[in-house]
Amino acid sequence: MSKLSPFGLMGLVIVRDLTLAMRRRADVMTILIFFVMVSSLFPLAVGTEADLLRKMAPGVVWVAALLASMLSLSRMFSSDYLDGTLEQMIIVPHSLSMLVLSKIIAHWMLSGLPLVLIAPVLGLQFDMSGQALMILVVTLLLGTPVLSIIGAIGAALTLGLRGGGVLISLLVLPLCIPVLIFGTGAVAQVLDGVSAAANLSLLGALLLMSLLFAPWVTAQALRISLE
Amino acid sequence: MRSTIQPGILPVCAIKILPLAIGCLHRILRKFIRQSYIIFSYLQRIIMSSLVKNDRMLKVTNLACARGEQELFANVCFELHAGEMLQVLGENGSGKTTLLRTLCGFSQPLAGEIFWQGKVIRDASEEYHADIIYLGHLNAIKDELSALENLRISCTLADCEISDSDALEALRNMGLRGRETFPVKLLSQGQRRRVALARLLLSKAPLWILDEPLAALDVEAAVLIQDLIARHLKDRGMVIYTTHQTLEVSGTEIRRLSLS
Repeated sequence: MSKLSPFGLMGLVIVRDLTLAMRRRADVMTILIFFVMVSSLFPLAVGTEADLLRKMAPGVVWVAALLASMLSLSRMFSSDYLDGTLEQMIIVPHSLSMLVLSKIIAHWMLSGLPLVLIAPVLGLQFDMSGQALMILVVTLLLGTPVLSIIGAIGAALTLGLRGGGVLISLLVLPLCIPVLIFGTGAVAQVLDGVSAAANLSLLGALLLMSLLFAPWVTAQALRISLE
Repeated sequence: MRSTIQPGILPVCAIKILPLAIGCLHRILRKFIRQSYIIFSYLQRIIMSSLVKNDRMLKVTNLACARGEQELFANVCFELHAGEMLQVLGENGSGKTTLLRTLCGFSQPLAGEIFWQGKVIRDASEEYHADIIYLGHLNAIKDELSALENLRISCTLADCEISDSDALEALRNMGLRGRETFPVKLLSQGQRRRVALARLLLSKAPLWILDEPLAALDVEAAVLIQDLIARHLKDRGMVIYTTHQTLEVSGTEIRRLSLS
C-alpha cells in the first residue's frame, strides 16, 4: 500500500474537480456572464460621463466580482455532499485540511481566475488607463483567492441547510469588506498618482492569513455538518 | 620481633567487610533484576503487539448514541476479531446507521469508546481510516465521471494504488462489462451500486462497514457480494453490516447485535 504524498493528493483532487467542471461547463459560464452583465449595467444606469465612469470603475468591477464569487460558493461542497463523496473524503487516511485546501484552489481556478482574466476587458469599457488596468488585475489576483478561502468556511457551515445560498452571502459578505476596501483602494491610489504598494501588501497579508487558518476551520465545519 | 597477626583481627575484618559485600551484592542483584525486568517487559510488549497485529480487533465498550436530543441506544458492547462478521439488527429508526457512522468516526458517541487494535479511534484516526471501508446509503460516485474514473479516484484517495487494468477487471467482475467508460449518470440504480461495491474488490482494508449493501441489487449481484464477503472473511477480514434482505455466507457463523 503506497501512501499518497500531500502534493499528490492535492493534484488528484484539483484534477478531479476541474474534470467535473469541464463536463458541466454551464456552472462556470453563468458566473462569468453574471460578472460581465452586472458591471455592464452600471454605465447604462448612471450615464456615459467618462470622468464619472473612470472614477467608479474599480469599485464597480470589484463589487461585481464579489457578487459573482458569492454565486458559486454554495456549490463548493454541496454536490459532493449530496452524492456522498464528501463523507468518503472525510474518512480517507489523509489530512482533511489539505483536502479542503485543494478543493478551495480548484474552486478559485473555476470561479476566480476567469474573472481576473476578463476584468481588463471590462475595465476598457470604463475607459481605464493601462496602468490602472494592470493594478486592477493584480488586486483581483490577490483578492479573489481570499474570497474563495473565506467563502469556503461559510459554504461548509451552511452545508445541507435549506436556503443556504442566501445565508452564505449574509455570513461571508461582511468578512469580505476588507478585501473590497484594499482592492479598490489600490486602484484608486494609482489613479491619483500614488504608489499602491501599501494596499497590495495588505491584500497579500490577508491572503496569507486566510490561507493559514481557513482550511483548518473549514475542515472542522465540514465535520460538524456531516455529523 | 616476629610480626604476628593478632587473632582478633580476622573476625573484625569480616564484620566490617561483610555488610559492604552484601551491599554490593544487593546492588548488583537489584540492577540485574531491574535489567531483566526491563528486558522481560520489552519482550512481553513485542509478543503482545505481534499477537495484536495478527489478531486485528475492534472493541466497543458501553457505547451510547443519540440523534438530536433523542437517545437511540446505550450500553452497546461487542468485540470483533479477524474472520468474524457482525450483523446489526433493529427496526427502522433504531439507530443502525447511526451506529455504523459512529464506528466510522463521523460522529462522537454520547458515552463509551471504540478501540481499534487497542487504540481509541479518535486518537489514531488516520491509521484507523486506512484500515476501513465504509459504504453508506449514498453511493459516493460522481454522475459526470465514468465508472472507471470513479473507481480510480476513490481507490487512490484511500491510499490503494491501482492500475487501469485492475480497475477494469474489477468492474467486469461486478458485471459492468462494456459500461466501464460510460458516464455514471447513464447507468441504472443497481449498476451504480455495483460501481460503488467494486471498491471492495480492490481494497486491502481489513474492516468493512457496509450499510445496506444489497439495496437495489439483483439476485445475481447479491450472490456476488456474498462470495466477496466470504473471501474477505477467509483472508482474516472483518465485516459489520446491516441489511433487510438475507445475506448468507457459507462457512461462517454470523454474529448478531440487536439494537431494539
